[in-house]
Amino acid sequence: MKALAFGAALAVSCVALGQDVSKEIQRYRQMVAEGSPAELFELQGEELWKKPHGPKNVSLERCDLGEGPGVLKGAYAHLPRYFKDADRVMDLETRLLYCMTTLQGRSREEATARVFGSADRASEFELLSAYVAGQSRGVAIQPRMSHPQEKASYELGRTLFFHRVGPWDFSCASCHGEEGKRIRMQDLPVLYKPQYARPVMATWPAYRVSTSQFVTLQWRMNDCYRQMRTPEPTFGSETTVALIHFLTVTARGETYQGPGSKR
Amino acid sequence: MAAGPMKMRASLGTGFTDVRVLMTHPMETGLRKDADGKIVPQHFIQNLTVKVNGKTVIDAEISQAVSRNPVFSFRLKGGAKGDKIEVSWLDNHGESAAIETAVT
Repeated sequence: MKALAFGAALAVSCVALGQDVSKEIQRYRQMVAEGSPAELFELQGEELWKKPHGPKNVSLERCDLGEGPGVLKGAYAHLPRYFKDADRVMDLETRLLYCMTTLQGRSREEATARVFGSADRASEFELLSAYVAGQSRGVAIQPRMSHPQEKASYELGRTLFFHRVGPWDFSCASCHGEEGKRIRMQDLPVLYKPQYARPVMATWPAYRVSTSQFVTLQWRMNDCYRQMRTPEPTFGSETTVALIHFLTVTARGETYQGPGSKR
Repeated sequence: MAAGPMKMRASLGTGFTDVRVLMTHPMETGLRKDADGKIVPQHFIQNLTVKVNGKTVIDAEISQAVSRNPVFSFRLKGGAKGDKIEVSWLDNHGESAAIETAVT
């Protein structure tokens, strides 16, 4: 009986310790969010957006992100969506690549030579994502779901989320499908449930404090597949766009908060 | 490397002004090695100066212990709407950057 009481006391103190740690992490995240270097990337992205580039020597200012050529306000919050000119569903980065190849006349090979940057030098997609996403701050996340291709993209994303692949037989849901899971101190959100997807999607893309890098959703999909040990997915492929579409639709209605910060 | 952007906000409270400034800087400690195994040379902000309406109120010496892309926030006594706040830094390579904003 005595031993049992001792065991119970120990369990209580462990729980208390766990709460303290998670409260401290919460406080740390709050501090990071208040002074997020993400804003510095937005400024650099704006400069890049307006800078003429490529064989046609034009800027991306006439790029149509779905709200009309050059309209940035709220554009990110309404992606991914179907684009008639490209006849496919695109997320932000895929659309940026489309504008680089069409408006600026660049080749896909050249434009995608360096899609993910480093702490020393961010990639074009990272800087542009920061700027464009920042222009949707305060806008409700409402990805399109009316066109048949949009519905198909969402369904594909949902299927992929639960589909186990690779040598380790992992799916997205292996890590993000059950409540109360974590990797080290990082809680894993159950991303097919709206209450978990909402705060996550409201703060991507984001500045990652541990690596001093600005990271995008295409990077996140790419890196999750790397951790699952699958072959590397193609940047802007149907697979990565469908997963982003599925996650964004799951989070719809949430107010987009602008590029956030991650641990 | 050309100095990247800075961003600053200065907001008036009751009897004080809160200032937050973000700056782009690699803040290399001189201890890190690159992909080829060579030491990345020290490159960090040494001096940070804050002026209010032209008068220096903070003259700070900081070290390589501060993170990359640092953010500084501080509270100044008093202040009024429209006061001009200037923040500038100087690093160990002699590079510098500055930003100014009005208190809102």
